[in-house]
Amino acid sequence: MGAPDAVAVAGCTDLMVVDTATGRRHGAVVDLQRLPELAGVRDDGGWIDIGAAVSFSQLRREALVAEHAPILVQAAATIGGWQIQNRATIGGNIANASPVGDSLPVLLALGAELVLASSSGERRVSYADFHRGYRETVLEPGGLIVRVRVPHALPDQFQGFKKVGTREAQAISKVVVALSARRVEVGGQEHLADVRLGAGAVAAMPIRLRRTEALLEGAPVGADTATRAAREARAEVNPIDDARSTARYRAHVLGRVVRRLVGDISA
Amino acid sequence: MRGNQGTLRRHETMAHIDHGRMVGTSPARTDGAQKVRGLCRYVDDLEFDGLWHGATVRSPHACARIVAIDAAAALADPDVVVLTARDLPGPNVLRLIADDWPVLADGRVNHFAEPVALVAAPTRERARAAVGRVEVRYEVERGIHDLDQALASPRILASCRIERGDLEAGFAAATHVVEGVYDTAHQEHVYIEPQGMVARPTAQGELEVIGSLQCPYYVQKALALLFDEPVRVRQAPTGGGFGGKEEFPDAIAAHAALLARRVGRPVKIVYDRHEDMQATPKRHPSRVRHRTGVDAAGKLCAMEIEVILDGGAYTTLSGVVLSRAVLHAGGAYACPNVRIEGRALATNTVPSGAFRGFGAPQTQFAVERQMDRIARLIGTDPLTLRERNAYRLGDVTPTGQVLEESVSALECLAAAQARTDFKRRWHEIEDARASGEGHALHGIGLALSWHGAGFTGEGEQRMRSPVRLALVAPDCVEVRVAACDFGQGTTIVLSQIVADALGLPTEMVRVVDPDTSKVPDSGPTVASRTVMVVGGILERAGRRLVRELGQGGAPPASPAEFVELARAYLTQHGELEVEERFEPAPGQTFDETTYTGTAYSAYGWGVHVAEVRVDADTLATRVERATLVFDVGKAIHPVLCAGQVEGGSLQAFGFGHLEDLRLSEGRPLQDSLSTYVIPTAVDAPDFDTILIENPTRSGPQGAKGVGELPMDGGGPALVAAIENATGIVATRAPATPEVLLEDLLAGRTLGPEAVAGALQAGEPLEGLR
Ligand SMILES: Cc1cc2nc3c(=O)[nH]c(=O)nc-3n(C[C@H](O)[C@H](O)[C@H](O)COP(=O)(O)OP(=O)(O)OC[C@H]3O[C@@H](n4cnc5c(N)ncnc54)[C@H](O)[C@@H]3O)c2cc1C
Repeated sequence: MGAPDAVAVAGCTDLMVVDTATGRRHGAVVDLQRLPELAGVRDDGGWIDIGAAVSFSQLRREALVAEHAPILVQAAATIGGWQIQNRATIGGNIANASPVGDSLPVLLALGAELVLASSSGERRVSYADFHRGYRETVLEPGGLIVRVRVPHALPDQFQGFKKVGTREAQAISKVVVALSARRVEVGGQEHLADVRLGAGAVAAMPIRLRRTEALLEGAPVGADTATRAAREARAEVNPIDDARSTARYRAHVLGRVVRRLVGDISA
Repeated sequence: MRGNQGTLRRHETMAHIDHGRMVGTSPARTDGAQKVRGLCRYVDDLEFDGLWHGATVRSPHACARIVAIDAAAALADPDVVVLTARDLPGPNVLRLIADDWPVLADGRVNHFAEPVALVAAPTRERARAAVGRVEVRYEVERGIHDLDQALASPRILASCRIERGDLEAGFAAATHVVEGVYDTAHQEHVYIEPQGMVARPTAQGELEVIGSLQCPYYVQKALALLFDEPVRVRQAPTGGGFGGKEEFPDAIAAHAALLARRVGRPVKIVYDRHEDMQATPKRHPSRVRHRTGVDAAGKLCAMEIEVILDGGAYTTLSGVVLSRAVLHAGGAYACPNVRIEGRALATNTVPSGAFRGFGAPQTQFAVERQMDRIARLIGTDPLTLRERNAYRLGDVTPTGQVLEESVSALECLAAAQARTDFKRRWHEIEDARASGEGHALHGIGLALSWHGAGFTGEGEQRMRSPVRLALVAPDCVEVRVAACDFGQGTTIVLSQIVADALGLPTEMVRVVDPDTSKVPDSGPTVASRTVMVVGGILERAGRRLVRELGQGGAPPASPAEFVELARAYLTQHGELEVEERFEPAPGQTFDETTYTGTAYSAYGWGVHVAEVRVDADTLATRVERATLVFDVGKAIHPVLCAGQVEGGSLQAFGFGHLEDLRLSEGRPLQDSLSTYVIPTAVDAPDFDTILIENPTRSGPQGAKGVGELPMDGGGPALVAAIENATGIVATRAPATPEVLLEDLLAGRTLGPEAVAGALQAGEPLEGLR
């Protein structure tokens, strides 16, 4: 990655689209797909450790992912169609840093961390600190995402995911939401703890809905909490009108989906 | 029900074919193997020595004066050539109905992406780079961007009017008067292959054009006017059209030809998807206003309909689209007192153009939604209301045409009821809806439609449509027509028709590729006319050929006998070519000034029943099952026929709820396949397709056109099903989730009590109101 106009590619499913649209050309293209450092899924003491060049098809097949991060499998299954899933990688999805990337809210909800590498060495960052703004990240120029690490699921952990796309397949999200929360019993009643709520397509980057998380933290499981969370989520975001949807629709549907996911905890 | 009505058998094979009986079987299409193996060479695959590439400088404004064009920077590349309106050898017009569509903008632009200058260079990259270096200065003016603005200061591109009976008396006799306004949006064709054309000077110095097109003779006429010389036009294998390659190829062919003449080499212009979506015609947006009188028995007694189409910046085909829109606006229903008035208005948008259905899907969306509204008002289910009012044999249309044959509206409705138990299920859902707490909401909806096949009125008489059959070898008859196969499979279908007339297997019939130097002008490939009209003339030509072989009327008893006779003829006389032309049935006349008479010689009939599931959280609609009952006269090739019906219906469902094309200051917001959403295979419902064969005298073996009919009823059936599921009354296509949300918030529903419980449960909507 030393050359100034070199670019890294994995599945190429974003790069080709951008290059075709902009006519951009590169001096060198570095294929990441065969680097062992970026490959495979393994168990690493309390974490599942996913290579950045792992494709969504592979993620869908990994038993370890299904066990600890079922919503990541669900998200992977909604990306493009199976042809895209065969090529598209999780590292590409993250590096592309689109506000509508479907795996990104999931990684926020799961409390993932990233292993990044550059000429100055390797470092770990919490994924929640990775995005800085619209398509802006803490990755330095020429830097690579090497691994994506997701903590093991806890026995009392609930995970929920919903993508609201434009159609049944090959659909870009209008809203995408992922939720993780623990159910803890306090005085004979189930309450929520360690709530993380990630959302895409409602801001310039994938975000955690912090106010809604705060409302949910410690709240009793049930329909009433779900409704209050829906209102808070809707009030918390400031989405836009664009070619795919409207701000009003996004806000409304975000509320409905949050309500549905929170409601599902008691189901 | 005449003919062999019944469910389509998908897996018909050629296992047992009785010669002289090709029609009704489904032989493999001749281009199929090549296409699935990726061997088919489309225009962008064609290679020529010394080929250059063309590209187009387009307006970034919808309405502006061109102050200056400065090509100096582009011309710094010594190989680059730039042309503007000043460089045309002939009149700056692409002739269709009115002479107002320029080859290149001259002095002003009237729509976004309008061509302002052309560039050619040795490579596509250099041509595109040069486009960016042609500097055009504009003085931007205020444009008219949609129908609301157009209605405020209308410029009328075309108008027409149908009047029958006594409207006032009709309303006076009415027990109920129902009003409604219905809108439809732009729709993009999304043919798989974008527009493309190659033009080249031949060794003899003639101009030849090869491209992706539906109407070779349209292109030839357009170029003849521009160059004042004969031009040869050939169709390349064409990856879809849907009407989008009816008139637009005139423009891109003119552009390629201008550049080819200028540089003296072959020049190819192929759009990418983005450019294609920005610059090429779309379906006319519409607004249709209904006022309907219904008597105590639920029969229509007065229909007053106003049809407004958004024609875009130039007239192009708006006059004829409007005509078809108006002629279908009353729907498949008898009503003694009718007035239908139509206008196409100009806006600063890409010219609206031909698109499968040609105005009829827009007006039938409106009339079908209006029928649903009437049904609710008089307290009946939608199917019963349609049964009461649907055309029967002997009924009279608004133009005074007596329907004398092949009227199948009631048969289609009966079959749809039998297949789906529509009436019971519709009522059950109506009763259950308000209390429904379910996550997904189910609904069922229906539409009845009709579609006239062939050109409107006396269009076919004017066309004359010569077709030729040629005996070129004892075992080979060539079909010479200008009809283009751009995916419909008409090549095999026409050869089946001819094969039966000659008593031969299809293998002995060869349809030549459309080429104006080889085929007569049998008319454009539009208007559901290829099988019925061109096929009908071909059938007669086949009989004529048999007579010329000295065989009397009947085809030879066997292919072997045909070969015998043919060999004898060829040895004695050489190649035998016969020509036949369109002959109108006696008494079929149409007066275009009064809009009276036989508008179409035959009509196809169809019912769509859509069963949907609407997600209570997202308002996204999934069509789960579609029952399609279509009277096609005769299914020449049942598999391809069902393909037309199912594919057309899926496209109609897209029109009904997915395909949203919004403009901002005349510029399309959805100009890529990631934002303009058409149904994928996964969005397709389970189809239950029933083909009814009620033959017409006007088509070969009774066949009627089928290309456009499936586009008419899919949208309204789907939206009706959404209404049944949710209680939301959508009056606009597409009824996207965003539109449904706005309808819900604005209270455009069957009433607060009638909205599905699941939509109101838990998280109320008040926060958004
Ligand atoms: C038809 C289609 C449908 C799609 N549908 C969806 C969808 O439903 N949901 C969705 O979220 N996305 C979708 N996408 C977008 C795309 O497939 C995903 O974002 C995918 O995950 C990108 O991965 P990739 O490996 O192909 O990235 P590439 O295109 O190879 O790379 C994308 C960018 O990331 C950089 N990059 C890649 N890997 C790394 C790395 N390890 N470290 C640092 N930089 C890296 C590249 O330099 C490049 O700038 C779709 C794309 C297409 C073409």
